[in-house]
Amino acid sequence: MTAPLDRPDASARPAARGRVELDQWSVWFGATAALQDVSLAIAPGGVTALIGPSGCGKSTLLRSINRLDDATVGIRHAGHIRLDGEDVHDPRTDTSVLRQRVGMVFQRSNPFPRSVFDNVVYGPRLNGETDRRTLEEIAERSLRRAALWDEVKDRLRDSALRLSGGQQQRLCIARALANDPGVLLLDEPASALDPLATTRIEELLYDLRREVTIVIVTHNLQQAARVSDRTAFLLAGRLVEVDETARLFTSPREARTEAYITGRFG
Amino acid sequence: MTVPDAARTAGAASSRALGATRAMQRRRRAGSTMTVLIWAAAGLSLLPLVLIAGHLLVGGVRVLTPTFFTALPAPPGVAGGGVANGIAGTLVLIALASVIGLPVGLGAGLYLAEHRSTRLATIVRYLSDVLSGLPSIVLGIFAWEVVVRPSGQFSALAGGFALGMIMIPLVARATEEMVRLVPVALSEAALALGFTRWRTSLSIVLRTALPGIVTAALVAVARVAGETAPLLFTAFGTPYWSLRVDQPIAALPLQIYNYAMSPYDDWRAQAWGGALVLIVLVLVISMLARRATRSRFASASGGAVND
Repeated sequence: MTAPLDRPDASARPAARGRVELDQWSVWFGATAALQDVSLAIAPGGVTALIGPSGCGKSTLLRSINRLDDATVGIRHAGHIRLDGEDVHDPRTDTSVLRQRVGMVFQRSNPFPRSVFDNVVYGPRLNGETDRRTLEEIAERSLRRAALWDEVKDRLRDSALRLSGGQQQRLCIARALANDPGVLLLDEPASALDPLATTRIEELLYDLRREVTIVIVTHNLQQAARVSDRTAFLLAGRLVEVDETARLFTSPREARTEAYITGRFG
Repeated sequence: MTVPDAARTAGAASSRALGATRAMQRRRRAGSTMTVLIWAAAGLSLLPLVLIAGHLLVGGVRVLTPTFFTALPAPPGVAGGGVANGIAGTLVLIALASVIGLPVGLGAGLYLAEHRSTRLATIVRYLSDVLSGLPSIVLGIFAWEVVVRPSGQFSALAGGFALGMIMIPLVARATEEMVRLVPVALSEAALALGFTRWRTSLSIVLRTALPGIVTAALVAVARVAGETAPLLFTAFGTPYWSLRVDQPIAALPLQIYNYAMSPYDDWRAQAWGGALVLIVLVLVISMLARRATRSRFASASGGAVND
Protein backbone atom coordinates (compact mmCIF):
# COMPACT_ATOMS: atom_id res chain seq x y z
CA MET A 1 0.00 0.00 0.00
CA THR A 2 1.32 3.39 -0.96
CA ALA A 3 -1.12 6.26 -0.61
CA PRO A 4 -2.72 6.75 2.79
CA LEU A 5 -5.57 4.38 3.39
CA ASP A 6 -5.94 2.65 0.09
CA ARG A 7 -8.98 0.53 -0.37
CA PRO A 8 -8.00 -2.81 1.14
CA ASP A 9 -7.32 -5.50 -1.39
CA ALA A 10 -9.22 -8.51 -0.12
CA SER A 11 -6.83 -11.09 -1.53
CA ALA A 12 -3.60 -9.46 -0.35
CA ARG A 13 -4.83 -8.36 3.05
CA PRO A 14 -2.39 -8.96 5.87
CA ALA A 15 -3.57 -11.52 8.39
CA ALA A 16 -3.69 -9.10 11.28
CA ARG A 17 -5.49 -5.90 10.39
CA GLY A 18 -7.30 -3.43 12.55
CA ARG A 19 -4.40 -2.14 14.64
CA VAL A 20 -5.22 1.29 16.09
CA GLU A 21 -2.58 3.48 17.70
CA LEU A 22 -3.17 6.82 19.35
CA ASP A 23 -0.07 8.90 19.79
CA GLN A 24 -0.32 11.98 22.03
CA TRP A 25 -3.83 12.48 20.72
CA SER A 26 -5.57 15.71 21.81
CA VAL A 27 -8.87 17.25 20.74
CA TRP A 28 -10.32 20.66 21.48
CA PHE A 29 -13.81 21.95 20.83
CA GLY A 30 -13.26 25.68 20.71
CA ALA A 31 -11.28 26.49 23.83
CA THR A 32 -12.37 23.36 25.70
CA ALA A 33 -10.02 20.42 25.72
CA ALA A 34 -11.93 17.18 25.23
CA LEU A 35 -8.93 14.86 25.07
CA GLN A 36 -5.37 15.53 26.14
CA ASP A 37 -2.27 13.57 25.20
CA VAL A 38 -3.92 10.21 24.98
CA SER A 39 -1.55 7.47 23.89
CA LEU A 40 -3.10 4.08 23.47
CA ALA A 41 -2.21 1.06 21.35
CA ILE A 42 -5.02 -1.30 20.39
CA ALA A 43 -3.84 -4.61 18.98
CA PRO A 44 -5.73 -6.31 16.14
CA GLY A 45 -8.66 -8.39 17.30
CA GLY A 46 -10.07 -8.46 20.77
CA VAL A 47 -12.37 -6.06 22.57
CA THR A 48 -11.17 -2.85 24.15
CA ALA A 49 -13.60 -1.08 26.48
CA LEU A 50 -13.46 2.65 27.13
CA ILE A 51 -14.90 3.56 30.51
CA GLY A 52 -15.15 6.75 32.48
CA PRO A 53 -17.70 9.25 33.76
CA SER A 54 -19.89 11.27 31.40
CA GLY A 55 -17.97 13.93 29.55
CA CYS A 56 -14.60 12.26 30.03
CA GLY A 57 -13.99 12.09 26.29
CA LYS A 58 -14.79 8.43 25.56
CA SER A 59 -17.12 9.20 22.67
CA THR A 60 -14.81 11.88 21.31
CA LEU A 61 -11.99 9.35 21.29
CA LEU A 62 -14.16 6.85 19.46
CA ARG A 63 -15.28 9.41 16.90
CA SER A 64 -11.69 10.50 16.35
CA ILE A 65 -10.84 7.08 15.01
CA ASN A 66 -13.29 7.36 12.09
CA ARG A 67 -13.15 11.17 11.95
CA LEU A 68 -16.87 11.54 12.46
CA ASP A 69 -16.42 14.90 14.17
CA ASP A 70 -14.58 16.33 11.18
CA ALA A 71 -17.42 18.67 10.28
CA THR A 72 -17.92 19.94 13.82
CA VAL A 73 -17.35 23.67 13.95
CA GLY A 74 -14.38 24.72 16.06
CA ILE A 75 -12.74 21.32 16.41
CA ARG A 76 -8.93 21.13 16.54
CA HIS A 77 -6.65 18.27 17.21
CA ALA A 78 -3.01 17.41 17.78
CA GLY A 79 -1.06 14.18 17.74
CA HIS A 80 -1.63 11.16 15.53
CA ILE A 81 -3.98 8.25 15.15
CA ARG A 82 -2.73 5.39 13.03
CA LEU A 83 -4.80 2.61 11.52
CA ASP A 84 -2.58 -0.28 10.47
CA GLY A 85 0.31 2.15 10.38
CA GLU A 86 -1.41 4.77 8.22
CA ASP A 87 -2.18 8.23 9.53
CA VAL A 88 -5.94 8.58 9.89
CA HIS A 89 -5.87 12.38 10.06
CA ASP A 90 -3.52 12.84 7.16
CA PRO A 91 -5.09 15.43 4.84
CA ARG A 92 -4.74 12.99 1.96
CA THR A 93 -6.81 10.37 3.75
CA ASP A 94 -10.17 9.77 2.13
CA THR A 95 -12.73 9.70 4.94
CA SER A 96 -15.06 7.50 2.88
CA VAL A 97 -12.39 4.82 2.56
CA LEU A 98 -11.45 5.24 6.22
CA ARG A 99 -15.05 4.82 7.39
CA GLN A 100 -15.47 1.67 5.35
CA ARG A 101 -12.47 0.23 7.15
CA VAL A 102 -13.69 1.46 10.52
CA GLY A 103 -17.35 0.62 11.08
CA MET A 104 -19.43 2.31 13.75
CA VAL A 105 -22.54 1.47 15.74
CA PHE A 106 -24.33 4.12 17.76
CA GLN A 107 -26.15 4.30 21.05
CA ARG A 108 -29.56 4.54 19.46
CA SER A 109 -30.09 2.08 16.65
CA ASN A 110 -30.42 4.09 13.48
CA PRO A 111 -31.53 1.90 10.59
CA PHE A 112 -32.54 3.72 7.44
CA PRO A 113 -36.28 3.71 6.76
CA ARG A 114 -35.88 1.04 4.07
CA SER A 115 -36.05 -2.72 3.94
CA VAL A 116 -33.82 -4.95 6.05
CA PHE A 117 -31.96 -6.05 2.93
CA ASP A 118 -31.40 -2.52 1.64
CA ASN A 119 -30.03 -1.50 5.01
CA VAL A 120 -27.40 -4.22 5.08
CA VAL A 121 -26.13 -3.65 1.54
CA TYR A 122 -25.92 0.14 1.73
CA GLY A 123 -22.15 0.08 2.06
CA PRO A 124 -21.45 -2.43 -0.73
CA ARG A 125 -23.87 -0.58 -3.01
CA LEU A 126 -22.03 2.64 -2.26
CA ASN A 127 -18.91 0.93 -3.54
CA GLY A 128 -20.66 0.25 -6.82
CA GLU A 129 -21.64 -3.37 -6.23
CA THR A 130 -24.79 -3.95 -8.27
CA ASP A 131 -24.80 -7.69 -8.85
CA ARG A 132 -27.90 -9.05 -7.17
CA ARG A 133 -26.38 -12.39 -6.28
CA THR A 134 -23.26 -10.84 -4.74
CA LEU A 135 -25.36 -8.42 -2.71
CA GLU A 136 -27.53 -11.27 -1.44
CA GLU A 137 -24.43 -13.20 -0.41
CA ILE A 138 -23.03 -10.18 1.41
CA ALA A 139 -26.37 -9.59 3.13
CA GLU A 140 -26.64 -13.18 4.32
CA ARG A 141 -23.02 -13.31 5.48
CA SER A 142 -23.28 -10.01 7.35
CA LEU A 143 -26.59 -10.89 8.97
CA ARG A 144 -25.20 -14.26 10.05
CA ARG A 145 -22.16 -12.57 11.55
CA ALA A 146 -24.50 -10.24 13.42
CA ALA A 147 -26.51 -13.25 14.66
CA LEU A 148 -29.64 -11.88 13.02
CA TRP A 149 -30.04 -14.06 9.94
CA ASP A 150 -32.35 -16.68 11.44
CA GLU A 151 -34.71 -14.02 12.74
CA VAL A 152 -34.97 -11.94 9.59
CA LYS A 153 -34.27 -14.29 6.68
CA ASP A 154 -37.98 -14.34 5.81
CA ARG A 155 -38.41 -10.63 6.41
CA LEU A 156 -35.66 -9.18 4.23
CA ARG A 157 -38.21 -7.14 2.27
CA ASP A 158 -39.89 -5.76 5.39
CA SER A 159 -39.16 -2.34 6.71
CA ALA A 160 -36.20 -2.32 9.08
CA LEU A 161 -38.26 -0.14 11.39
CA ARG A 162 -40.57 -3.08 12.12
CA LEU A 163 -37.79 -4.99 13.87
CA SER A 164 -37.48 -4.87 17.65
CA GLY A 165 -34.98 -2.52 19.26
CA GLY A 166 -32.42 -5.26 19.82
CA GLN A 167 -32.85 -6.56 16.29
CA GLN A 168 -32.46 -3.04 14.89
CA GLN A 169 -29.20 -2.66 16.77
CA ARG A 170 -27.89 -5.98 15.44
CA LEU A 171 -29.02 -4.87 11.98
CA CYS A 172 -26.85 -1.79 12.41
CA ILE A 173 -23.96 -4.06 13.34
CA ALA A 174 -24.64 -6.18 10.24
CA ARG A 175 -24.74 -3.01 8.15
CA ALA A 176 -21.33 -2.00 9.47
CA LEU A 177 -19.95 -5.52 8.95
CA ALA A 178 -21.10 -5.57 5.32
CA ASN A 179 -18.21 -3.21 4.54
CA ASP A 180 -15.88 -5.85 6.03
CA PRO A 181 -14.18 -3.36 8.34
CA GLY A 182 -11.04 -4.14 10.31
CA VAL A 183 -12.25 -2.10 13.27
CA LEU A 184 -15.72 -1.82 14.76
CA LEU A 185 -16.50 1.13 17.03
CA LEU A 186 -19.49 0.84 19.35
CA ASP A 187 -20.77 3.83 21.26
CA GLU A 188 -22.82 2.47 24.17
CA PRO A 189 -24.52 0.02 21.82
CA ALA A 190 -26.72 -1.60 24.47
CA SER A 191 -27.64 1.29 26.72
CA ALA A 192 -31.09 1.64 25.15
CA LEU A 193 -31.82 -2.10 25.17
CA ASP A 194 -33.44 -4.46 27.64
CA PRO A 195 -31.26 -7.03 29.47
CA LEU A 196 -32.04 -9.89 27.09
CA ALA A 197 -31.21 -7.86 23.97
CA THR A 198 -28.10 -6.61 25.74
CA THR A 199 -26.97 -10.17 26.40
CA ARG A 200 -27.37 -11.02 22.72
CA ILE A 201 -25.24 -8.04 21.70
CA GLU A 202 -22.58 -9.02 24.21
CA GLU A 203 -22.52 -12.62 22.96
CA LEU A 204 -22.22 -11.26 19.45
CA LEU A 205 -19.22 -9.15 20.38
CA TYR A 206 -17.64 -12.20 21.93
CA ASP A 207 -17.93 -14.05 18.63
CA LEU A 208 -16.77 -11.13 16.51
CA ARG A 209 -13.63 -10.36 18.47
CA ARG A 210 -11.59 -12.91 16.55
CA GLU A 211 -12.19 -11.24 13.20
CA VAL A 212 -12.55 -7.57 14.03
CA THR A 213 -10.90 -5.15 16.41
CA ILE A 214 -13.70 -3.94 18.64
CA VAL A 215 -13.61 -0.70 20.61
CA ILE A 216 -16.64 -0.20 22.81
CA VAL A 217 -17.63 2.79 24.90
CA THR A 218 -19.80 1.81 27.81
CA HIS A 219 -21.21 3.32 30.98
CA ASN A 220 -21.95 -0.09 32.31
CA LEU A 221 -18.91 -1.35 34.22
CA GLN A 222 -20.26 -4.90 34.45
CA GLN A 223 -20.62 -4.87 30.72
CA ALA A 224 -17.05 -3.70 30.28
CA ALA A 225 -15.90 -6.46 32.61
CA ARG A 226 -17.95 -9.07 30.75
CA VAL A 227 -17.12 -8.28 27.14
CA SER A 228 -13.69 -6.73 26.99
CA ASP A 229 -10.16 -8.07 26.98
CA ARG A 230 -8.63 -4.73 27.79
CA THR A 231 -10.12 -1.70 29.46
CA ALA A 232 -9.04 1.93 29.29
CA PHE A 233 -10.19 4.35 31.97
CA LEU A 234 -10.51 7.99 30.97
CA LEU A 235 -11.07 10.92 33.27
CA ALA A 236 -11.47 14.56 32.27
CA GLY A 237 -9.98 13.98 28.83
CA ARG A 238 -6.93 12.07 30.02
CA LEU A 239 -6.15 8.40 29.89
CA VAL A 240 -5.69 7.33 33.49
CA GLU A 241 -5.00 3.67 33.08
CA VAL A 242 -5.22 0.92 30.51
CA ASP A 243 -4.77 -2.73 31.32
CA GLU A 244 -6.08 -6.25 30.94
CA THR A 245 -9.72 -6.02 31.96
CA ALA A 246 -9.41 -8.65 34.69
CA ARG A 247 -6.46 -6.85 36.18
CA LEU A 248 -7.89 -3.33 35.91
CA PHE A 249 -11.04 -4.38 37.71
CA THR A 250 -9.34 -6.45 40.43
CA SER A 251 -6.11 -4.60 41.11
CA PRO A 252 -6.04 -1.17 39.50
CA ARG A 253 -2.74 0.65 39.82
CA GLU A 254 -4.28 4.11 40.05
CA ALA A 255 -6.28 5.23 43.05
CA ARG A 256 -8.64 7.19 40.74
CA THR A 257 -9.42 4.03 38.77
CA GLU A 258 -10.21 2.17 41.93
CA ALA A 259 -12.40 5.01 43.15
CA TYR A 260 -14.35 4.96 39.87
CA ILE A 261 -14.86 1.23 39.56
CA THR A 262 -15.90 0.90 43.17
CA GLY A 263 -18.51 3.56 42.55
CA ARG A 264 -17.08 6.35 44.65
CA PHE A 265 -17.64 8.88 41.85
CA GLY A 266 -19.00 9.09 38.34
CA MET B 1 -66.21 16.36 23.78
CA THR B 2 -68.58 18.60 21.87
CA VAL B 3 -69.50 22.14 22.82
CA PRO B 4 -72.75 21.35 24.63
CA ASP B 5 -70.97 18.55 26.51
CA ALA B 6 -68.31 20.89 27.75
CA ALA B 7 -70.84 23.50 28.78
CA ARG B 8 -72.97 20.97 30.63
CA THR B 9 -70.03 19.50 32.52
CA ALA B 10 -68.95 22.94 33.60
CA GLY B 11 -72.49 23.84 34.69
CA ALA B 12 -72.98 20.64 36.65
CA ALA B 13 -69.67 21.00 38.42
CA SER B 14 -70.35 24.54 39.59
CA SER B 15 -73.66 23.60 41.22
CA ARG B 16 -72.11 20.77 43.17
CA ALA B 17 -71.46 21.47 46.82
CA LEU B 18 -68.32 19.48 47.02
CA GLY B 19 -65.45 21.87 47.33
CA ALA B 20 -65.76 24.06 44.24
CA THR B 21 -64.41 27.41 45.37
CA ARG B 22 -65.29 30.65 43.70
CA ALA B 23 -61.93 30.92 42.00
CA MET B 24 -62.34 27.46 40.60
CA GLN B 25 -65.79 28.25 39.29
CA ARG B 26 -64.42 31.32 37.61
CA ARG B 27 -61.65 29.29 36.03
CA ARG B 28 -64.15 26.74 34.79
CA ARG B 29 -66.35 29.43 33.31
CA ALA B 30 -63.37 31.00 31.58
CA GLY B 31 -62.36 27.57 30.35
CA SER B 32 -65.71 26.74 28.81
CA THR B 33 -66.02 30.20 27.28
CA MET B 34 -62.66 29.73 25.60
CA THR B 35 -63.69 26.28 24.39
CA VAL B 36 -66.79 27.72 22.76
CA LEU B 37 -64.81 30.57 21.16
CA ILE B 38 -62.18 28.22 19.76
CA TRP B 39 -64.83 25.91 18.36
CA ALA B 40 -66.48 28.89 16.72
CA ALA B 41 -63.18 30.06 15.24
CA ALA B 42 -62.46 26.58 13.88
CA GLY B 43 -65.93 26.50 12.32
CA LEU B 44 -65.57 29.98 10.84
CA SER B 45 -62.25 29.10 9.25
CA LEU B 46 -64.01 26.38 7.29
CA LEU B 47 -66.77 28.68 6.16
CA PRO B 48 -65.00 30.41 3.22
CA LEU B 49 -63.92 27.07 1.75
CA VAL B 50 -67.41 25.62 2.07
CA LEU B 51 -68.97 28.73 0.53
CA ILE B 52 -66.52 28.81 -2.36
CA ALA B 53 -66.88 25.12 -3.10
CA GLY B 54 -70.67 25.39 -2.92
CA HIS B 55 -70.76 28.44 -5.14
CA LEU B 56 -68.49 26.80 -7.71
CA LEU B 57 -70.62 23.67 -7.78
CA VAL B 58 -73.84 25.60 -8.16
CA GLY B 59 -72.47 27.93 -10.82
CA GLY B 60 -70.11 25.54 -12.57
CA VAL B 61 -71.64 22.09 -12.79
CA ARG B 62 -74.20 23.36 -15.31
CA VAL B 63 -71.60 23.95 -18.02
CA LEU B 64 -69.62 20.76 -17.40
CA THR B 65 -70.59 18.86 -20.51
CA PRO B 66 -68.17 16.52 -22.29
CA THR B 67 -67.55 19.18 -24.96
CA PHE B 68 -66.45 21.60 -22.26
CA PHE B 69 -63.36 19.43 -21.78
CA THR B 70 -62.71 18.68 -25.44
CA ALA B 71 -63.64 21.82 -27.36
CA LEU B 72 -61.79 25.07 -27.92
CA PRO B 73 -63.34 28.34 -26.75
CA ALA B 74 -66.30 29.45 -28.84
CA PRO B 75 -67.10 33.07 -29.70
CA PRO B 76 -69.77 34.68 -27.53
CA GLY B 77 -73.26 33.70 -28.59
CA VAL B 78 -72.11 30.48 -30.20
CA ALA B 79 -73.32 27.46 -28.27
CA GLY B 80 -70.80 24.93 -26.89
CA GLY B 81 -67.18 25.76 -26.63
CA GLY B 82 -64.84 24.60 -23.90
CA VAL B 83 -61.52 24.99 -22.17
CA ALA B 84 -59.54 22.09 -23.62
CA ASN B 85 -56.64 24.35 -24.58
CA GLY B 86 -56.75 26.00 -21.15
CA ILE B 87 -56.48 22.66 -19.35
CA ALA B 88 -53.59 21.54 -21.56
CA GLY B 89 -51.91 24.95 -21.28
CA THR B 90 -52.15 24.98 -17.50
CA LEU B 91 -50.58 21.51 -17.37
CA VAL B 92 -47.74 22.67 -19.64
CA LEU B 93 -47.20 25.78 -17.53
CA ILE B 94 -47.17 23.74 -14.30
CA ALA B 95 -44.62 21.37 -15.83
CA LEU B 96 -42.39 24.24 -16.96
CA ALA B 97 -42.67 25.97 -13.59
CA SER B 98 -41.79 22.73 -11.79
CA VAL B 99 -38.77 22.14 -14.00
CA ILE B 100 -37.48 25.55 -12.96
CA GLY B 101 -38.81 25.82 -9.42
CA LEU B 102 -38.34 22.34 -7.97
CA PRO B 103 -34.60 21.70 -8.54
CA VAL B 104 -33.58 25.21 -7.56
CA GLY B 105 -35.90 25.25 -4.55
CA LEU B 106 -34.81 21.78 -3.41
CA GLY B 107 -31.13 22.57 -3.76
CA ALA B 108 -31.45 25.88 -1.97
CA GLY B 109 -33.49 24.30 0.82
CA LEU B 110 -30.93 21.54 1.25
CA TYR B 111 -28.17 24.11 1.42
CA LEU B 112 -30.07 26.15 4.00
CA ALA B 113 -30.61 23.10 6.18
CA GLU B 114 -27.07 21.73 5.98
CA HIS B 115 -25.23 25.02 6.33
CA ARG B 116 -27.78 26.75 8.45
CA SER B 117 -25.63 29.41 10.08
CA THR B 118 -23.25 30.45 7.32
CA ARG B 119 -23.37 33.99 6.05
CA LEU B 120 -24.63 32.92 2.64
CA ALA B 121 -27.40 30.84 4.22
CA THR B 122 -28.61 33.82 6.23
CA ILE B 123 -28.69 35.99 3.12
CA VAL B 124 -30.38 33.33 0.99
CA ARG B 125 -32.99 32.70 3.69
CA TYR B 126 -33.77 36.39 4.01
CA LEU B 127 -33.96 36.97 0.27
CA SER B 128 -36.14 33.94 -0.29
CA ASP B 129 -38.56 35.29 2.30
CA VAL B 130 -38.56 38.59 0.44
CA LEU B 131 -39.14 36.77 -2.84
CA SER B 132 -42.08 34.83 -1.47
CA GLY B 133 -43.60 38.09 -0.28
CA LEU B 134 -43.35 39.80 -3.68
CA PRO B 135 -46.65 40.38 -5.43
CA SER B 136 -46.88 37.84 -8.23
CA ILE B 137 -47.52 40.52 -10.83
CA VAL B 138 -44.04 41.89 -10.13
CA LEU B 139 -42.59 38.51 -11.05
CA GLY B 140 -44.70 38.65 -14.19
CA ILE B 141 -43.19 42.00 -15.16
CA PHE B 142 -39.75 40.63 -14.44
CA ALA B 143 -40.38 37.59 -16.64
CA TRP B 144 -41.65 39.91 -19.36
CA GLU B 145 -38.48 41.96 -19.10
CA VAL B 146 -36.00 39.06 -19.19
CA VAL B 147 -37.82 36.54 -21.41
CA VAL B 148 -40.61 38.14 -23.44
CA ARG B 149 -38.83 41.33 -24.47
CA PRO B 150 -35.54 39.75 -25.61
CA SER B 151 -37.34 36.94 -27.47
CA GLY B 152 -39.86 39.33 -28.98
CA GLN B 153 -42.96 37.29 -28.16
CA PHE B 154 -45.19 36.02 -25.41
CA SER B 155 -44.54 32.37 -24.69
CA ALA B 156 -45.34 29.44 -22.44
CA LEU B 157 -41.69 29.50 -21.43
CA ALA B 158 -42.00 33.05 -20.08
CA GLY B 159 -45.12 32.01 -18.13
CA GLY B 160 -43.37 28.94 -16.73
CA PHE B 161 -40.41 31.10 -15.76
CA ALA B 162 -42.62 33.52 -13.84
CA LEU B 163 -44.46 30.71 -12.07
CA GLY B 164 -41.20 28.88 -11.35
CA MET B 165 -39.89 31.92 -9.51
CA ILE B 166 -42.96 31.87 -7.32
CA MET B 167 -42.29 28.22 -6.52
CA ILE B 168 -38.61 28.60 -5.60
CA PRO B 169 -38.96 30.23 -2.17
CA LEU B 170 -41.96 28.08 -1.24
CA VAL B 171 -40.11 24.87 -2.02
CA ALA B 172 -36.83 26.09 -0.53
CA ARG B 173 -38.19 27.02 2.87
CA ALA B 174 -40.35 23.91 3.12
CA THR B 175 -37.42 21.69 2.14
CA GLU B 176 -35.29 23.35 4.80
CA GLU B 177 -37.91 22.67 7.47
CA MET B 178 -38.40 19.06 6.43
CA VAL B 179 -34.70 18.29 6.18
CA ARG B 180 -34.12 19.71 9.63
CA LEU B 181 -36.59 17.19 11.01
CA VAL B 182 -34.47 14.27 9.81
CA PRO B 183 -32.64 12.97 12.87
CA VAL B 184 -28.89 13.57 13.01
CA ALA B 185 -28.47 9.90 13.92
CA LEU B 186 -29.57 8.94 10.42
CA SER B 187 -27.02 11.11 8.64
CA GLU B 188 -24.34 9.97 11.08
CA ALA B 189 -25.16 6.38 10.23
CA ALA B 190 -24.63 7.15 6.56
CA LEU B 191 -21.43 9.10 7.17
CA ALA B 192 -20.10 6.26 9.33
CA LEU B 193 -20.71 3.86 6.44
CA GLY B 194 -18.45 5.94 4.22
CA PHE B 195 -21.02 8.14 2.50
CA THR B 196 -19.70 11.52 1.48
CA ARG B 197 -21.58 14.50 2.77
CA TRP B 198 -23.41 15.38 -0.45
CA ARG B 199 -24.32 11.76 -1.00
CA THR B 200 -25.68 11.52 2.53
CA SER B 201 -27.75 14.63 1.81
CA LEU B 202 -29.18 13.27 -1.40
CA SER B 203 -29.73 9.61 -0.71
CA ILE B 204 -30.47 9.58 3.02
CA VAL B 205 -31.61 12.96 4.22
CA LEU B 206 -33.56 14.03 1.16
CA ARG B 207 -35.19 10.63 0.74
CA THR B 208 -36.26 10.52 4.35
CA ALA B 209 -37.67 14.02 4.15
CA LEU B 210 -39.31 13.32 0.79
CA PRO B 211 -42.95 12.88 1.85
CA GLY B 212 -42.91 16.28 3.54
CA ILE B 213 -41.12 17.89 0.63
CA VAL B 214 -43.61 16.42 -1.84
CA THR B 215 -46.44 17.91 0.16
CA ALA B 216 -44.73 21.28 0.06
CA ALA B 217 -44.07 20.98 -3.66
CA LEU B 218 -47.75 20.20 -4.20
CA VAL B 219 -48.79 23.24 -2.24
CA ALA B 220 -46.47 25.26 -4.47
CA VAL B 221 -47.94 23.68 -7.60
CA ALA B 222 -51.45 24.38 -6.39
CA ARG B 223 -50.46 27.95 -5.71
CA VAL B 224 -49.00 28.62 -9.17
CA ALA B 225 -51.71 26.66 -10.97
CA GLY B 226 -54.16 29.35 -9.97
CA GLU B 227 -51.90 32.36 -10.59
CA THR B 228 -53.28 34.75 -13.14
CA ALA B 229 -51.38 38.00 -12.82
CA PRO B 230 -47.91 36.71 -13.80
CA LEU B 231 -49.40 35.09 -16.90
CA LEU B 232 -51.11 38.21 -18.25
CA PHE B 233 -48.05 39.43 -20.12
CA THR B 234 -46.00 36.23 -20.30
CA ALA B 235 -48.08 33.23 -21.38
CA PHE B 236 -50.66 35.76 -22.62
CA GLY B 237 -53.29 33.18 -23.52
CA THR B 238 -54.72 32.16 -26.85
CA PRO B 239 -58.09 30.96 -28.07
CA TYR B 240 -56.35 28.34 -30.21
CA TRP B 241 -54.82 24.99 -29.46
CA SER B 242 -51.07 25.24 -28.76
CA LEU B 243 -48.60 23.23 -26.75
CA ARG B 244 -45.49 24.98 -28.06
CA VAL B 245 -43.32 26.47 -25.35
CA ASP B 246 -42.11 29.32 -27.58
CA GLN B 247 -45.64 30.49 -28.43
CA PRO B 248 -48.38 32.10 -26.38
CA ILE B 249 -50.31 29.43 -24.54
CA ALA B 250 -53.78 29.26 -23.01
CA ALA B 251 -54.23 28.82 -19.27
CA LEU B 252 -57.31 28.15 -17.18
CA PRO B 253 -56.85 31.15 -14.87
CA LEU B 254 -56.49 33.46 -17.87
CA GLN B 255 -59.62 32.08 -19.44
CA ILE B 256 -61.51 32.39 -16.18
CA TYR B 257 -60.30 35.97 -15.91
CA ASN B 258 -61.35 36.86 -19.46
CA TYR B 259 -64.68 35.08 -19.26
CA ALA B 260 -65.61 36.43 -15.86
CA MET B 261 -64.94 40.00 -17.02
CA SER B 262 -66.94 39.56 -20.19
CA PRO B 263 -70.47 40.92 -20.68
CA TYR B 264 -71.76 37.59 -22.02
CA ASP B 265 -73.81 35.32 -19.77
CA ASP B 266 -72.65 32.07 -21.35
CA TRP B 267 -69.00 33.10 -20.96
CA ARG B 268 -69.53 34.01 -17.34
CA ALA B 269 -71.13 30.62 -16.74
CA GLN B 270 -68.11 29.01 -18.37
CA ALA B 271 -65.86 30.95 -16.01
CA TRP B 272 -67.48 29.10 -13.09
CA GLY B 273 -67.00 25.82 -14.90
CA GLY B 274 -63.36 26.66 -15.55
CA ALA B 275 -62.79 27.48 -11.90
CA LEU B 276 -64.30 24.16 -10.87
CA VAL B 277 -62.08 22.32 -13.36
CA LEU B 278 -59.02 24.17 -12.08
CA ILE B 279 -59.69 23.11 -8.50
CA VAL B 280 -60.33 19.51 -9.46
CA LEU B 281 -57.16 19.55 -11.59
CA VAL B 282 -55.03 20.65 -8.64
CA LEU B 283 -56.68 18.02 -6.47
CA VAL B 284 -55.96 15.26 -8.97
CA ILE B 285 -52.33 16.34 -9.37
CA SER B 286 -51.79 16.21 -5.61
CA MET B 287 -53.39 12.81 -5.29
CA LEU B 288 -51.32 11.34 -8.12
CA ALA B 289 -48.04 12.77 -6.83
CA ARG B 290 -48.75 11.61 -3.32
CA ARG B 291 -49.49 8.11 -4.51
CA ALA B 292 -46.32 8.04 -6.60
CA THR B 293 -44.04 9.03 -3.75
CA ARG B 294 -45.69 7.17 -0.92
CA SER B 295 -42.96 5.23 0.82
CA ARG B 296 -43.68 1.73 1.98
CA PHE B 297 -40.98 1.99 4.60
CA ALA B 298 -41.11 5.51 5.91
CA SER B 299 -44.60 4.99 7.25
CA ALA B 300 -44.07 1.47 8.54
CA SER B 301 -43.70 2.40 12.16
CA GLY B 302 -43.71 6.15 12.15
CA GLY B 303 -40.55 6.00 14.23
CA ALA B 304 -38.22 7.16 11.50
CA VAL B 305 -38.53 10.87 11.90
CA ASN B 306 -39.55 11.38 15.50
CA ASP B 307 -37.07 8.90 16.97
